[in-house]
Amino acid sequence: MNIILNIQRYNPDVDDAPYFQEFNVEVGPNQRLLDALMLVKRFQDGSLGFRKSCAHGVCGSDAMRINGKDGLACTTLVKEVAQHDGDTVTLEPLRYLPVQRDLIVNQAEFFKKYRSVKPFLINDEPVAEKERIQSQDERMQFDDTTNCILCASCYSACPVLQDNTDFLGPAAIAQAYRFIADTRDRGFDARLAVLDQPDGVWPCQNHFKCTQSCPRSILITKRINQTKRLIEKHKEKKADT
Amino acid sequence: MIHQFDTVIVGSGGAGLYAALEASQKSKTAVLSKLYPVRSHTGAAQGGISAALGNVEEDKPEWHAFDTVKGGDYLVDQQAAKILTEEALQAVYDLENRGLPFNRTPEGRIDQRRFGGHTRNFGEGPVRRACYAADRTGHMILQTLYQQCIKNEVAFFDEFQVVDLLLDGTTTQGVVAVELATGELHVFAAKAVLFATGGFGRIFKITSNAYANTGDGPAVCARRGIPLEDMEFFQFHPTGIMGLGILISEAVRGEGGILRNRDGERFMQRYSPTLLDLAPRDIVARSILTEIRAGQGIRGDRKIDDYVHLDATHLGKAVLSSKLPDITGFCKTYLGIDPAETAIPVLPTAHYAMGGIPTDVNGRVIMDGAGTIVDGLYAAGECACVSVHGANRLGTNSLLDLVVFGRRAGQHIGGYVKQADMPQPDATAADQARAFIDRLTDGSSGPHGGHITDEMQTTMMEKVGIYRNEKEMQAAVDEIKALRQRYRSVRVQDTAKPFNTDLLEIIELGNLLDLSLLTAAAALDRRESRGAHSREDFSERDDGNWLKHSLAYLEGDTVRLDYKAVDTSIWEPKPRTY
Repeated sequence: MNIILNIQRYNPDVDDAPYFQEFNVEVGPNQRLLDALMLVKRFQDGSLGFRKSCAHGVCGSDAMRINGKDGLACTTLVKEVAQHDGDTVTLEPLRYLPVQRDLIVNQAEFFKKYRSVKPFLINDEPVAEKERIQSQDERMQFDDTTNCILCASCYSACPVLQDNTDFLGPAAIAQAYRFIADTRDRGFDARLAVLDQPDGVWPCQNHFKCTQSCPRSILITKRINQTKRLIEKHKEKKADT
Repeated sequence: MIHQFDTVIVGSGGAGLYAALEASQKSKTAVLSKLYPVRSHTGAAQGGISAALGNVEEDKPEWHAFDTVKGGDYLVDQQAAKILTEEALQAVYDLENRGLPFNRTPEGRIDQRRFGGHTRNFGEGPVRRACYAADRTGHMILQTLYQQCIKNEVAFFDEFQVVDLLLDGTTTQGVVAVELATGELHVFAAKAVLFATGGFGRIFKITSNAYANTGDGPAVCARRGIPLEDMEFFQFHPTGIMGLGILISEAVRGEGGILRNRDGERFMQRYSPTLLDLAPRDIVARSILTEIRAGQGIRGDRKIDDYVHLDATHLGKAVLSSKLPDITGFCKTYLGIDPAETAIPVLPTAHYAMGGIPTDVNGRVIMDGAGTIVDGLYAAGECACVSVHGANRLGTNSLLDLVVFGRRAGQHIGGYVKQADMPQPDATAADQARAFIDRLTDGSSGPHGGHITDEMQTTMMEKVGIYRNEKEMQAAVDEIKALRQRYRSVRVQDTAKPFNTDLLEIIELGNLLDLSLLTAAAALDRRESRGAHSREDFSERDDGNWLKHSLAYLEGDTVRLDYKAVDTSIWEPKPRTY
């Protein structure tokens, strides 16, 4: 069928402000939205800027706003966003990150916040066995957070960031939880300095937009609340001693 | 702009990151990647990483090495396979110690499962050797290594596309790269350069590979006179999602999934009585195609796009959701089916390059059949050819390859740069790259790359695919040569400097065309069938004439082929049955 892609364009060298441009594309309902974008890029306008790589939802390159909702162009099928000939799909870059070109945003701030939570296993104890032993239940405690592909969909979906751009954001907190909840990790205190701050975990107001937007089905809001509880428990314990 | 580093790593997948972790301990190291690091295609590897840990049943590195050699149809260099399988144990423990969340046994150890071609006691039956994290093992390796790079403060140059290699005779001087953000050319002078740019499945129409898998490292090396080894061996994974080519992990069969034809028959019992659905990939892919050609595909029309069923319905929802959750998700997203209830329609998909930049077991690049080393030049991972995969790679050995040899290369670099002088590339170092880019962007009108990409991928898929013959491969060589001619008049449509992805895609297309030509020419020359290279006109393996690695040199519009010996110092080549 023939759909219209209404795409936000911006070239910092020549444009004062972003504007929208429409492209007609012939695609099947079961094709990916990314396929439609590639048809534009390869056969209509090579100057269209967007990132892509794996094309099946595991690399996180092609996150964007699709009809006002954040997600990946390669895991969104045409039929999910356009049902009839002539239907329009509006594509915009992710929010809260500076636009560099068309649908390409500068992810530096997102990755800076991610790195700030020390997203790596902290444990200097020598390993007694060949591998550190962990039960199946312990392994499942943080399972879904290991699926994160750092696509920043949740970051763009978060209403809190609209008013507080310094908020750590959902992805970074979920990745902090991934290690805090791992029985092998010893880095809780080291991460507290970032998490237990006015702009750390506390600004989250349970809008659940991050969870709804996550292409990897991570229960982000729940993990943020668990992180808050762990911090509170830790403080209570400290107050007792 | 000119930068100086001891070590430059090109590519930030598993091999590049592991090498960077090692090299950065001992030298000033920069990682250049055309993608953000966590976007690399290592993240798409699903099923597992093999190591004879013996956590769930008896296993030995020696058995693993033998399986690797036999799986590669005896074109594997056997001492390299020995290193691969012996160092596998420490590599997996190291990843776990660094935080990788493997699935666990009831005792809390790393869990292991079956995979194609991996056997106990030299082929007696399947063995549980693949260590895994659900069906996201590559993702977990990539994440864990990137996390460690953050911890160790490795320096990254994100979205830098390498377009040229600087050599002074047989000594490495550095690389030239385009910065995506500005369009500017940068010269990176370096004592050591490691290419870890991954595969080039995008030469084919239907592939499991990412858009980014365009073989930039091998192509850059080939244009600087370095031969590429065993390019005729390209693996088609038996089970890609019909039409899309998205990978459905061999782990589905490792957990008990069964391939069925239109009669519901488990046809692999006719082709591989011992290993059945867990035979090596080249054999399973050919078996599927043979069924389709015999009218036993699901539609039964014998057409090239007919398909077979991968039946996982008997595994149950619990196994699918705990051990194969991503596969389940892909089926729901792209096919609208639940694999717990409906068989998955699958077809072979271009998956993995066994060939690539020739290296020794320390990742050092070898530039001829005599074993001449290029000082300071290294390669690791899929873009390299050690060769531990020979004519056909076993599942799970790719993740192992990049971890073991990425690490070895990084360690060797650490020693090499201490005694090497910092090269001083002269002011003209970037001239060749600049002339190339100036031509693409000179403002004159020319065809765009889209149609050339399409035609190249169709030619390679139809004429240099699973089954091959002289006539079709010759036609492919001729067609690719003609496309390379047309490529010379291609121009960008995007005239802007910042984030010119149009320019990058045209650079990538040039790389793919060069690698297509090398692949087709090497395949045309090898007059036997071995592993993934299967000829209708020479259907038998011919050890007398062809037990040797090919070396393909790109010389202008032609390819010159040379050959070198295979290391068979442990096991005598034998007929390959499963």
